[in-house]
Amino acid sequence: MRIVIVDDKGLRASVLEEGLREAGYDDIQLVPPIGGWVARLERMAPDVVLMDLGSPSRDTLEEMLVVSRALARPIAMFVDQSDDTMIGAAIDAGVSAYVVDGLRKERIKPILDLAIRRFNAFARMQSELDEARTALAERKTIDRAKAILMQSRGLSEPDAYALLRTTAMNQNRRLADVAEALITAHSLLGGQA
Amino acid sequence: MTPISIAFVPLSDSAPLIVAREKGFAAAQGIDLSLVRTTSWATLRDRLVYGQVQAAHMLAPLAIAVTLGLSQHAAGLSAPFKLNVNGNALVMAPDFAAALEPDPMRRITDPVGTAHDFANAIGLYKRKPVIGVVHRFSSHALMLRYWLGFAGVDHDRDLALRVLPPSLMVEALRSGEIDGFTAGEPWGSVAIGQGLAELVAVGVQIWRRGVEKVLAMRTDWMEANADTVDRLIVALSEASAWCDDPANAAELAALLERPDYVGQPAETILPALTGRIVPQRNTPPLAIPDFVLFHREATGFPWRSQALWIYSQLIRWQMAKPSAAAERAAAEVFRSDIYRRALAGAGLPLPGASLKLEGAIDAPQGVGAHRGALTLGPDRFFDGLVFDPDDVAGYVAGFRRTRG
Repeated sequence: MRIVIVDDKGLRASVLEEGLREAGYDDIQLVPPIGGWVARLERMAPDVVLMDLGSPSRDTLEEMLVVSRALARPIAMFVDQSDDTMIGAAIDAGVSAYVVDGLRKERIKPILDLAIRRFNAFARMQSELDEARTALAERKTIDRAKAILMQSRGLSEPDAYALLRTTAMNQNRRLADVAEALITAHSLLGGQA
Repeated sequence: MTPISIAFVPLSDSAPLIVAREKGFAAAQGIDLSLVRTTSWATLRDRLVYGQVQAAHMLAPLAIAVTLGLSQHAAGLSAPFKLNVNGNALVMAPDFAAALEPDPMRRITDPVGTAHDFANAIGLYKRKPVIGVVHRFSSHALMLRYWLGFAGVDHDRDLALRVLPPSLMVEALRSGEIDGFTAGEPWGSVAIGQGLAELVAVGVQIWRRGVEKVLAMRTDWMEANADTVDRLIVALSEASAWCDDPANAAELAALLERPDYVGQPAETILPALTGRIVPQRNTPPLAIPDFVLFHREATGFPWRSQALWIYSQLIRWQMAKPSAAAERAAAEVFRSDIYRRALAGAGLPLPGASLKLEGAIDAPQGVGAHRGALTLGPDRFFDGLVFDPDDVAGYVAGFRRTRG
């Protein structure tokens, strides 16, 4: 069974491919949706195409599935409509699956289950990474704001931090936002941020 | 407050949904409206069909195609409200447009002549022209086929139609992947503004009152939530009146500009809203009245004859097989009855009939209406043909006879 993964996020495609290989599928192709990718995909004659549900390239893919003369058997999304729970989970995870007509449900389900799990895991990883990045950026902003206060008002580091925190609490704003505002004001007034 | 999620594609004609949320029309009806931005029509369709959202800003032909099972899985959809009429443009790369009538106003206002010029330009062009269309089942694709079919252009033989979501068209044109495209605004104006394309045709000149986007929902959900549906339609009707008021155009363009909505500069959005379209970069705008309608002439009213016109074109281009059952199912996607029920107390004139001849009105005409007077604007097709919803087969056969 040939599985093609269409994804422009190389990392997510790799995470999914790895999972499929571990599960014993060995005919897996990755196709990033750029250039003449539809013609490439058509030549591969896949049995299953896995794709990000939100991908802007899905309209182009579906058009190919309608007009293709090269594909021996028609391919449609989620061939088995009886399993609502699985389709719901796939949609929530952001997976769309196009499956060649006639492929039995028992053969599709494990692939789709795996894709759902890997997509979800990837989304979690991504949001943790985003959180870590934001936290790091905020840390730096607060450090710069502290340095400005220490320099311009001769405060110690703990006092500078306490002043920022009290101001944030009094104004009901986030510490990072107060720090950001201070840095902006400072540079507007001609200081070196 | 009733929470409702509606999926939309970043286009200027999503305006009534955005305005319903941002100007408080939805909240006034007790609806907590959230809008889900979606790039492709396939994703919008799936979010609706599989229940992630309750309603969607949908291409009218797509709503019919999904119901008939022509676009992936069949699912019963209903359109109780039209979000707009008209609003599309066809733009082509300057090296293709060079073979057409050079005066932009004459080019636009003489669709018969331009169709023939276009047909001749195809053979002169460096390759088979590749034209971006937003979807097989889009009003744009049907309009392009209708217009160029008049001049004997065979879409499968003479052109390469390439399906791309509207927001990807400008990049595809820049990279030379396509030679032109037809899409909703602001995308045509964005391409023109960057000098990548010229205006070649506008929807309003091909069918003076062309059906565009509808508010689509799953029929079972619509029937189980009558009260919510009615309140939503009231909110959207008020929002669309706000959108149609020229005094609000600048504010509307600024709303649509936001990155979570259309995400393009207001100056590229405003032309379509005011009907003043710049046809080529660095030229003065052309006045194109009725470029898009949101509310006047009961724009929101889903005439069943309009659903049947779409069905007739799906039959004409062999995208659907004709049958009495399919014809009935297509007509029933447009729920004029729900529109009347929802707006019964709104003080608006409501059309008395649900079917009319399409393309038969030359000058503004009063029609039978409950409550007040309703005037419909001219709705001619550029070739002068009239569609009689009682004779779909005869209408389709007429195209075969005259144009093969």
